[in-house]
Amino acid sequence: MHDIQQLISAALDGKRAALARLLSVIERADQNLLAIESQLTPLVGEAFVIGITGPPGAGKSTLINRLVPHALESFGQAAVLAIDPSSPFSQGALLGDRVRMRGGEFGEQVFIRSMASRGEEGGLARATSTAVRLFDACKWPVVIIETLGIGQVELDIMNLADTVLVVLNPGWGDEIQANKAGLTEAGDVFAINKADKPGAAQTHKDLMDSVSLISSKSMPDIMETIATTDKGVLELWQAITAHHARLISSGELGERRHNRQRGLIRRIISDQINRLMDDAFNTEEVAMLLEKSTVGEVDIQNTLHRVLALMNR
Amino acid sequence: MDHSQKRILMAKTGLDGHWRGPTIVARALRDAGFEVIMIGMANTDDIVRAAVDEDVDLVGLNIGGHINVALRAVNSVREARPDVPIFAGGTVPPHAKKQLEALDVEVFPPGSQLVDIVAAADRLTGRSAD
Repeated sequence: MHDIQQLISAALDGKRAALARLLSVIERADQNLLAIESQLTPLVGEAFVIGITGPPGAGKSTLINRLVPHALESFGQAAVLAIDPSSPFSQGALLGDRVRMRGGEFGEQVFIRSMASRGEEGGLARATSTAVRLFDACKWPVVIIETLGIGQVELDIMNLADTVLVVLNPGWGDEIQANKAGLTEAGDVFAINKADKPGAAQTHKDLMDSVSLISSKSMPDIMETIATTDKGVLELWQAITAHHARLISSGELGERRHNRQRGLIRRIISDQINRLMDDAFNTEEVAMLLEKSTVGEVDIQNTLHRVLALMNR
Repeated sequence: MDHSQKRILMAKTGLDGHWRGPTIVARALRDAGFEVIMIGMANTDDIVRAAVDEDVDLVGLNIGGHINVALRAVNSVREARPDVPIFAGGTVPPHAKKQLEALDVEVFPPGSQLVDIVAAADRLTGRSAD
């Protein structure tokens, strides 16, 4: 515990290695997590959190590599959290986003951290939200989150980012795909990356058609980019910061952050409940109950009440 | 879910673009349950930056011929992360192997077995006792 205090102080003091180590502690999600969360709470709320999502291979990492210089110009420093999937079989992971983002060249002003999803569904890792708060508390003015390459429903990023950028490619889906729920609703800004490939204009039209029907949102910007040559990247950055400015002026930013805080508290509580449930399931009593319940000697209602009673102890 | 996964940085020093070796090693380490952070071909700054920011438990260097570049990378990582073990593989000639070993780098020359590399990763990250 004492070590954790020192780590937190050092990280808040700008010590890079302490921040890096603290991110590992957060990923471990042990008994220190609650203490870290509590200390971060009064210190957060300044960072601009940008979420970048889209299907695998859309060019998210390459685009981030191009956006970072603009973020540096606007804000001076930028943190990047890049999420990749863990294997459900080995729990191992290949985290390859750094291949396209050169940490060394950006120098001290950029902090890139790769994060394995560690069994979490939703496109992020369990530790992502606390990691964002840590960067925020340590005065990193921008945090860019790259989600897993996602399909249509893994959209936790909406609850974490101020501005969500959805990266797609020409030929992405057809009219029907573009009208399916999910990605199109999540995006505050869209980038059609690899826009030199055939079908960019049609994808642009389909996307425009699709998002124009979403009543809860103002019409998002749809940009065309070629990340490998930097084409359209400045304009994309301007669209992202313009969305951020609109969030502030309309008061929506406060609303989003309020929701984020609610989500965080829910998550902390559900983590605690899960831990208690795991403990209950490890008891002899529940093992017996489960045994009986599988052969129908005890009904599930009774099992539930016993487990709840044990969790309450 | 095990929340004590160990993290390994895999980098290529030097300029040749042979990816196959480090990719196969990275996959073997992933299948053994490690989180492997790939940075591809990297200069010393990239490697040091990643070793610190990613808070890795082990650094793996794939050495592409130029031993001096590799030695520089080893020394820089040691300076920034004195607590982190380093292992290396690739086309390492015998004299270079000796130089690396003198810096406490475990070397896996061509012909090494994946199981031995994984066993070394287990040992160097403290996942296994021996």
